[in-house]
Amino acid sequence: MQIIENKKQYDVVIVGSGAGGGMATKILADQGLKVAVVEAGPFFDPANPDQQTQLKWPYESPRRGAGTTRAFGEFDMAYGGWNIEGEPYNQIGETQFDWFRSRMLGGRTNHWGRISLRFGPRDFKGKDRDGLGDNWPIGYEDLKPYYDKVDKLIGVFGSKENMYNEPDGYFLPAPKPRLHELYYKKGAEKSGVKVMPSRLSILTKRINNERGICFYCSQCSRSCSVYGDFSAGSCLIFPAQKSGGQVDLYVNSMVREVEVNGEGKATGVLYINKEDRKEYRVTGKVVVLAASACSTARILLNSKSAQHPNGLGNSSDLVGKYLHDSTGSDRMAFVPELMNRKRYNEDGVGGMHLYSPWWLDNKNLDFPRGYHIEVWGGLGMPSYGSGFNPNDLNKYLGLKVGGYGNQLREDVKKFYGSVMGMSGRGESIARKENYCEIDPTTVDEFGIPVLRFNYSWSDYERKQARHMHNTFEEIIENMGGIVLGEKPGADRDYGLLNPGRIIHEVGTTRMGSDPKKSVVNEFEQLHDVNNVFIVDAGPFVSQADKNPTWTILALSWRTSEYIIQELKKQNI
Amino acid sequence: MNRRDSIRSLFLGSMAGGLALESCVTEPKQALEQKIWDYQYGRTPQEKAYDEKLLNQQFFTTSELDKIRRLGNLILPPNEAGSIEEAGVPEFIEFMAKDFPSIQTQMRGGLMWLDSHTYKTFGKNFIDCSEDEQHQVLDLIAFPDPEAKEQKQEVRFFSLVRNLVMTGYFTSEAGIKELGYQGNQPNVWDGVPEEVLKDHGMSYDESWMPKFVDQSKRNDMAAWDEEGNLIS
Repeated sequence: MQIIENKKQYDVVIVGSGAGGGMATKILADQGLKVAVVEAGPFFDPANPDQQTQLKWPYESPRRGAGTTRAFGEFDMAYGGWNIEGEPYNQIGETQFDWFRSRMLGGRTNHWGRISLRFGPRDFKGKDRDGLGDNWPIGYEDLKPYYDKVDKLIGVFGSKENMYNEPDGYFLPAPKPRLHELYYKKGAEKSGVKVMPSRLSILTKRINNERGICFYCSQCSRSCSVYGDFSAGSCLIFPAQKSGGQVDLYVNSMVREVEVNGEGKATGVLYINKEDRKEYRVTGKVVVLAASACSTARILLNSKSAQHPNGLGNSSDLVGKYLHDSTGSDRMAFVPELMNRKRYNEDGVGGMHLYSPWWLDNKNLDFPRGYHIEVWGGLGMPSYGSGFNPNDLNKYLGLKVGGYGNQLREDVKKFYGSVMGMSGRGESIARKENYCEIDPTTVDEFGIPVLRFNYSWSDYERKQARHMHNTFEEIIENMGGIVLGEKPGADRDYGLLNPGRIIHEVGTTRMGSDPKKSVVNEFEQLHDVNNVFIVDAGPFVSQADKNPTWTILALSWRTSEYIIQELKKQNI
Repeated sequence: MNRRDSIRSLFLGSMAGGLALESCVTEPKQALEQKIWDYQYGRTPQEKAYDEKLLNQQFFTTSELDKIRRLGNLILPPNEAGSIEEAGVPEFIEFMAKDFPSIQTQMRGGLMWLDSHTYKTFGKNFIDCSEDEQHQVLDLIAFPDPEAKEQKQEVRFFSLVRNLVMTGYFTSEAGIKELGYQGNQPNVWDGVPEEVLKDHGMSYDESWMPKFVDQSKRNDMAAWDEEGNLIS
């Protein structure tokens, strides 16, 4: 196919516009560098009325919010999902890895849970504690200044708690808990489970004059039209453009590979414009990959050349290896005391107002790593599915289930807001045997070879999930609630969700100081090619019992400063 | 039946189906095309095209839709709070049958079963039965056994219709009002109302109070001291 040349020469070509790519765009453009951002999806701005779903009612849609077109319901702000037409991926053997992709400017940051937790000192040195996995080549002290800067630039609410492994930051004040959250607090504390205000990147207070303050509609998953929550487009890329940065956005542009010159150094990327289906070349002095852990691995593995026959940056043969996601398992509870609730506006911020960080010492447990607990429930906006099985809970009250007639109206009103849930999100052990690789049998609709996955959970994760359910049940009982659903047993891996489901997949280009045992160095620079950097979650050595975004942002900032410094020194 | 007969009956079946479909598109095409513009909520162009395609197709026949409307009114009889018609429930169910094609056979088959059942029992179609007779049918199929491992098809069919009717109603303007949901509008959250806390024997921990937003200062620019304490 003929390649269409772009005459413009960039300082940096960034692939992907989510948390990592957005932060790199901001830092590099603010320093006056000429930046190209290549994004596989369309342009998106949550303030654009044509794209906005925030504050829409379910009856404004013919399907009332059902998830046919978008995985988390049609008002959710992720264009894509677990399956994207024309962009397949495959599984090896019994693997059931679910891969979530969001194709749009800002990527998954437009809909994410905004849970913004720093990794703590222990999270960087897992192997020192239990001999499993590997340590990071850096520690908390290396990232702390960047976490601090991210807090101040983007904004995160929370509270100072002085816990060693849950480092405090520069917090905005936290919102007061909702009613079911107070029930949870009571139940959890009775069992010695620590409860504290959540830490979410939502503006409960003014942080600058460009972004609005949260107005408590609970719809961060729809991306905020006043930029009151963190999304990479509205908080990083647009500000970089507005402050005069030289940022060119290439949207609907699917990157096929990184190109190299005769010395094996990167010269830019080749991408397919989804609109005209033609292949284009964009060149730059530095290439920054931020396409997401698995997409970046795919691009590297598809970038084969005489200089890099095993794929770019893959002399270690580790690109795609050590793929791991957070563990996850959920449980629901019916709280009879929450029946027939008095009504008030309980929307609050998008997500929980309090949660439980990991509170135990694994030395005394039969599994090595911890988990945190997220809480959900309340008087939320009805959506498709509300009113299903309107009185199934009657069976716990000795009343009839089913029926018809206006009694059903009363049943729905009676139970509204009386069901809540808990989600455990934990750390798994990174293993070489869990990986993604190129599937030579399949291409996507752009002719690019796709990924296939090989993944299994081990007893480390299964036993952790078992512990989650024991904890959930104890807390629910303490709350005066009734546990819903069967306790998942060994036959169901104790309720562990499929890998990929928590959408925290990391580790495919892990960092380290030994080029034989890692793909990038501590500055997320490929060991093999010094002008290629990776600023998504690929370089994570281990995914803690936290959410990865705040660490992606801090690492990307640190790497971007390193790139500027290396360019100045003319080292790259 | 020999092969020739079966081919003929298939042919007749599809002919009849085609005719029925033609005749049941009661709204003029223009009105259907207009429908897409009733819905504006940030869809991508692809999503909009898909919805337009579904809105311009008709799955249920007129008589099937009449039955759905009747069932809906038996499940949720109209009252002062609202009716399934005002809530757009029949249109919603028609749309969902195209959006989730996997429910089509169960819906169509269940509606057929209703008529064959009432024909056997009362000698007429469901729609022609008296309200009392219709209640008699529902009494047979509206009460799943929560302990049973599996439910009969007619019970499952009715549960599906009931779910669609209930969710269609409670996601409508009238249903949301009746439920008492008060959000989806800009506001300032300052905790659970005092009287509600009291009713539930709950309170906010004194030690937690300094962690919370002082909503009177939400517009003041955030500033911290060197230890990370908020000072504005």
